[in-house]
Amino acid sequence: MINEALVLSSLLFVLGTFGVLVRRNAIIMFLCIELQLNAVNLAFIAFSRLMGIDGQVFVFFVMTVAAAEAAVGLAIIISVFRHYETVNVDNLKLLRW
Amino acid sequence: MIEVLFYVFAAVALGGALGVVWAKSPVGSLLYMVATLASLACIFVLLEAHFLAAIQVIVYAGAIMVLFLFVIMLLNLGHDYQPDLKGGAFALLSFVIIGLMGGVLARQFGENAITEPTAGGRAIDAALAEHGAVGAIAQPLYTTYVVPFEITGILLLVAIVGALVLAKKSSL
Repeated sequence: MINEALVLSSLLFVLGTFGVLVRRNAIIMFLCIELQLNAVNLAFIAFSRLMGIDGQVFVFFVMTVAAAEAAVGLAIIISVFRHYETVNVDNLKLLRW
Repeated sequence: MIEVLFYVFAAVALGGALGVVWAKSPVGSLLYMVATLASLACIFVLLEAHFLAAIQVIVYAGAIMVLFLFVIMLLNLGHDYQPDLKGGAFALLSFVIIGLMGGVLARQFGENAITEPTAGGRAIDAALAEHGAVGAIAQPLYTTYVVPFEITGILLLVAIVGALVLAKKSSL
């Protein structure tokens, strides 16, 4: 089952990358980043069947960092929305070439 | 039996992930994401990570997704149905990028197939039998990884303060 889990993990990671690349809504881009983090968690757990319990401890840390990242990222999205009245990333072009 | 369950949950996870990327409304995207997270928790159970499966449901599907839902409702984006997929050359470039990534990963996993049972799997089964589902992960967490664990606490404190400062109404 380790191989199948790793294949599923890579498929989820690729789908998350695709979502970040093609969506314009900042919140959905953020959801896709969470999807990538979850794919990596699945890979860590699959490899913990191979290498021992340390993989599961890393998943614990990844989840903590994901929670902190979600809080700060959503706060940034809220403050961007207060300025521009939109979360569409195409409208945020002040620092874009 | 376990293989059949694995394939069922994997299919739900993949379908949910496709829904996250292609759903028109942000709330729809979010609900597909909850389906993906729940079926990933089931796969964690099948891979003998019982504590992490519980944490996945409580922290991810519970807390983080509700936070996303609160923000969508606060910003009143729930009825935002305009298609926001980027088109043209950029979408083509994205397909090329994910094709390359998928190809590299598939090649890697195809060359290095793992046959069970493995030493790590046996060690985890022994730890689960000796300490239980929580004790098996608490043992390394509070001995080998105690410094990263404490730093995680500081990180969460910084994240709380940062989120408050950023989302506060009056600008700095």
